[in-house]
Amino acid sequence: MAFFDYFRRAPKSATLAKDRLSIIVARERAGTRVGADYLPQLQQELLAVIARYEKIDLAHVTVNLDKSGGCEVLELNIQLPDAPPAAARPPQPPAVA
Amino acid sequence: MDSVSSTKEATVSNASKVVVVTSGKGGVGKTTTSANIATGIALQGKKVVAIDFDVGLRNLDLVMGCERRVVYDFVNVIRNEAKLNQALIRDKRVETLYVLPASQTRDKDALDAEGVGRVINELKEQGFDYIICDSPAGIEKGAQMAMYFADEAIVVTNPEVSSVRDSDRVLGLLAAKTSRAETNSAAIRTHLLLTRYSPAMVKKGEMLSVGDVLELLGIPLLGVIPESKAVLQSSNKGTPAILDETTDVAQAYLDVVFRYLGEERQHRFIEDQKRGFFGRLFG
Repeated sequence: MAFFDYFRRAPKSATLAKDRLSIIVARERAGTRVGADYLPQLQQELLAVIARYEKIDLAHVTVNLDKSGGCEVLELNIQLPDAPPAAARPPQPPAVA
Repeated sequence: MDSVSSTKEATVSNASKVVVVTSGKGGVGKTTTSANIATGIALQGKKVVAIDFDVGLRNLDLVMGCERRVVYDFVNVIRNEAKLNQALIRDKRVETLYVLPASQTRDKDALDAEGVGRVINELKEQGFDYIICDSPAGIEKGAQMAMYFADEAIVVTNPEVSSVRDSDRVLGLLAAKTSRAETNSAAIRTHLLLTRYSPAMVKKGEMLSVGDVLELLGIPLLGVIPESKAVLQSSNKGTPAILDETTDVAQAYLDVVFRYLGEERQHRFIEDQKRGFFGRLFG
């Protein structure tokens, strides 16, 4: 048996462990960065602003803090509804005379 | 001599050095490492104290074999209920080695930065070259107090996912929640100690390799301690493994101590040497 095992390329669990760790460690380093705990609130406030103009819900706004190379990237992803009705107009701005 | 003095600050002995042995995760070998490194450095003639910060769950005294000589403890000293010299236990095997045991009856809130700082300063005044702080598991008060005054940190890690993740977390704390971080002094020097390593499993792709862990954590390697039954045997006896030079663990810890003190030592116990090609073929 050992003879055949030697030639078989079984999936390596250590490789799996390393891949999983690379992701989680990178994410946690980004997350534990000072000041990054404002993301949920930022998401809520963005939603409130956009909701004044477009009918969207929380699931359509994602906020992510990522690291690519040496710099941090704040990624906002706002998904607008497919076909906005032609008549839809933004609500009156508050300061119109 | 030249090679020793050229390795910068590691060999400077005129100032005390506070070293925290930490990990986040429990059961990875912090206390074993504290006991062995403290003993190993003391064997080189340095005056060393190992402080148990695991208030409520003290174990360093057991591993060092001095549990029956504990009268006063670290918390007694912090609360001025005992003098430092009454709580310090002098090792019976190595003359320059001392243990400051934790309290078994209080909890970790008994530690505060002011009190811990005062005790550490007093140890420095007494001329200790190395003050080894054995951290409790976790990242709560006890662990934070153990690392707060550190100049250097030995991060003990097993080649295993939860341990590596927790070590990374602890590295974040070392960089942010310590006296050096808060006073914008030079960062704590961190060293990785990989314990319970099994080269045979690494070879089969069933364990993270030294290289994998180094790449993930990004701190310099102090040493690799092989998985070995000598660790259990030595804790059974209350004799740090490093005192029995015939075992692989003792050799590994001796390497670590010399390397830490600034000597060049080749890393060992990384390659699987027990079974060659034919061993695998017919095993």
